[in-house]
Amino acid sequence: MKHKYHKGLINGMASLISIVMGLVFGFALLLIFNPRYALPGFGNLMSAGFTSSEKLAKVFYQSAPLLMTGLSVAFAFKTGLFNIGATGQYTLGAFFSLVAVVQFRLPWWAGILLAMVGGAVMGFIPGVCKALFNVNEVITSIMFNWISLFVVNLSINNMPLLLANAWGAINKDRTAALTSPKFVAYNPNATIPKAGLDQLLGSNYMNIAVFIAILIALIIWLVMNRTTFGYELKACGYNRFASDYAGINAKRNIILSMTIAGALAGIGGGLYYLSGTAQYTIVKSLLAMGFNGIPVALLASSNPLGTIFSALFISFIQVGGDLLQPEYSREIIDIIISVIIYLSAFALLMRGWISKLLMRNQTENVNEELDDSSASDDAAESEESAK
Amino acid sequence: MSEFVIEMLNITKKFPGIIANDDVTLQLKKGEIHALLGENGAGKSTLMSVLFGLYKPEGGVIKKDGQVVQINDPNDANRLNIGMVHQHFKLVEVFTVLDNIILGAEETKHGFLQKKEARAKVMQLSEKYGLQVDPDALIEEIGVGMQQRVEILKMLFRENDILIFDEPTAVLTPQEISELMQIMRNFAQEGKSILFITHKLNEIMAVADRVTVLRKGKGIGTVNVADTTVDELAEMMVGRKINFTLDKAPATPGDPALTVQNLVVGDKHHAKKKVNNVSFTVHKGEIVGIAGIDGNGQSDLVYALTGLMKPESGAIYIGDHDITHMDVRGRNDLGLAHIPEDRHKYGLVLDYTLAENLILKNYYTPSFQHAGFLRFDEMYRYCDDLSKRFDIRSSQGSATIVRSMSGGNQQKAIVARELSLQPDVIIAMQPTRGLDVGAIEYIHKQILAARDDQKAVLLVSLELDEVMSVSDRILVMFEGEIVAEIDAKSATAQELGLYMSGANRQSRMEVEQQ
Repeated sequence: MKHKYHKGLINGMASLISIVMGLVFGFALLLIFNPRYALPGFGNLMSAGFTSSEKLAKVFYQSAPLLMTGLSVAFAFKTGLFNIGATGQYTLGAFFSLVAVVQFRLPWWAGILLAMVGGAVMGFIPGVCKALFNVNEVITSIMFNWISLFVVNLSINNMPLLLANAWGAINKDRTAALTSPKFVAYNPNATIPKAGLDQLLGSNYMNIAVFIAILIALIIWLVMNRTTFGYELKACGYNRFASDYAGINAKRNIILSMTIAGALAGIGGGLYYLSGTAQYTIVKSLLAMGFNGIPVALLASSNPLGTIFSALFISFIQVGGDLLQPEYSREIIDIIISVIIYLSAFALLMRGWISKLLMRNQTENVNEELDDSSASDDAAESEESAK
Repeated sequence: MSEFVIEMLNITKKFPGIIANDDVTLQLKKGEIHALLGENGAGKSTLMSVLFGLYKPEGGVIKKDGQVVQINDPNDANRLNIGMVHQHFKLVEVFTVLDNIILGAEETKHGFLQKKEARAKVMQLSEKYGLQVDPDALIEEIGVGMQQRVEILKMLFRENDILIFDEPTAVLTPQEISELMQIMRNFAQEGKSILFITHKLNEIMAVADRVTVLRKGKGIGTVNVADTTVDELAEMMVGRKINFTLDKAPATPGDPALTVQNLVVGDKHHAKKKVNNVSFTVHKGEIVGIAGIDGNGQSDLVYALTGLMKPESGAIYIGDHDITHMDVRGRNDLGLAHIPEDRHKYGLVLDYTLAENLILKNYYTPSFQHAGFLRFDEMYRYCDDLSKRFDIRSSQGSATIVRSMSGGNQQKAIVARELSLQPDVIIAMQPTRGLDVGAIEYIHKQILAARDDQKAVLLVSLELDEVMSVSDRILVMFEGEIVAEIDAKSATAQELGLYMSGANRQSRMEVEQQ
């Protein structure tokens, strides 16, 4: 039991150390580029999220989708798969949810459910390719990132025409609202409820999305650590041969695992774009939110509970980074964030160092115990000889 | 000048919760073959890792030719001319034999590799010591025997004169073992000193000059092989008397439990079948042994029987059930237990805890799950129970990560798991591979107990001794076919050897009649 406790502790400490090292590096960068503002700038970076409730709301707002894509990557990692397709799943999820609430006037929760379906489809395909044809899931999911991005762009452009042909012209202006936050006008139930949180924090950004994401993270943790399904998934991830030997259907589990990972990223897309404050714009580059899930997962050592904290942290530092302007250009913020993220990849290395350190301490303790016991033995002996 | 080339004096090495080496002293004379004997987990490998610079000891000193030396990493060891053949070879699979030998000791000229001289040197060494290798073959394409010769050549190429062999015979066939022994003798005659880590007593008797015995991390003593006996060494190693001959009641075979009819397993890459038209029956309450040299289709036969590989044709029955096309889970539920050949690849999820591994075959049964949730309390209780009954030792009980356990205890965990499933048929492939005498004795007893409990056992082993002592009936496999069936009581090693090597075979009629 003692050991289990250590494992969590070591992972947490490793993540903390990489964060601290990343921040030190960031501070050095600030010093180099503009020494005068380095200290206040760094102060802003570290405290922005706490200085105003509005900023805090922004942290929560951004962390919800980040947590979902992070969870998606972490879930796949735990089952031995690398889901680099979170961004594509996220994009299709966003699209499905927007179409659901705008085009079909469904309530927000149905939009989220459809977002889940959209992401799941995009995870399912690489999963099938991996399980049945042994095609590396990294390659397929990178391909499907682009496929889903362009499918979504194409659909948004052509949907007015498509739907007009199918159902008559009535839906045309609604479709145009897909890429504008004005869609609320067509469907008052379209956005995720704010439950009074917006008033509490004084920010329009605030809604219950982050709590939904945290709830899902808790459910995923429960599934991974407490259920037979999670037991099977992890067994396949750790050792596919042993899973086959034990009669676990490894192929089925690979497909399920990728599908669930996709569904999680898809929900992220829904949570972000149904906030009413985000706007889907047609761009030709992949959305960063999906890729940022990878560092979230790495920083958390793929622990579903850990992703909650790492998503909040990365979101926090992104919000703080905005305050570095105008003394520093926008790019320096990205550099600092990416250094932290980069160092988080070293979390593994740190874990090695820390466990070594702990081990050394423990051996010393053993030594001391031994010394103690031998000392008392000696004492007993000398007592006896004294008699 | 000291009498000893290497002295390890009062070495103490501790790991969390365990003292791997407790005040151990080992002195190696020049030109001797010195065996290091001990059960799994006795600290043999740790001691050698200390000598090779992989671990730093907390106490004790190492002397080379009477001088105290510091060995901080394998490079230091190499400078002191200490070389080691690890139990699991350290070779680059996609490099050629020659590249592997020179790796780390390459000759270069202006930054370019000079392979010509290296090749000449390797070939010369290879001829001199009778270590046949093909310098241009890729490691992944050659067998373990040749891989081991590559490892030995690596040491010779570096002109090491203290050679450590960590369980070198575990992966070899009987013939390769005797070749290796001869090579070791040649080295010793040349003045090289050899440390030979093993737990096989007959190998020590055959080749070693002196032997140091470790037990539970402590040095029990060093004796001259000429002055001792197998029984004495076994007692030193295990701490109690070992009975080498199994007490075996005669078998009372019952109904057929496992029936195999004309089984054929194909090979993706060759037209030749891996298992060719094999038929046999294992009855309740008997142990059928399959003898054969590695690579004659035994693994494929077992994979086909257990559902990991699809047979091309033929039929397999458990009792009356046709399981030819059944999946692994279905076979398990019908009472087929499988102790796999490779415990790391198939038998265990190494990163799972002991408790999680012990329920690998029945986690889905109501005993361990309720509505899809694992019943952790039941799982831990089961684990504690099995650990006690099968004497599985682990540092942190049911929460021990299996990767950190010793090989013997890992194997015991697999045996415990499979036998506690209450199977009707047990297929055991190499169940004692790499284990020490105590563990082997234990596992053999468990298998016999299962037989006496009217279970059918199919034992596949590359160790002829094992097949002969445990089985009731022996089948010999050669090139995918069963070439002989012999009653274990009347079988001799020589007779079996002839069938195993393909020099002799019973006619099909004979085999089927018996």
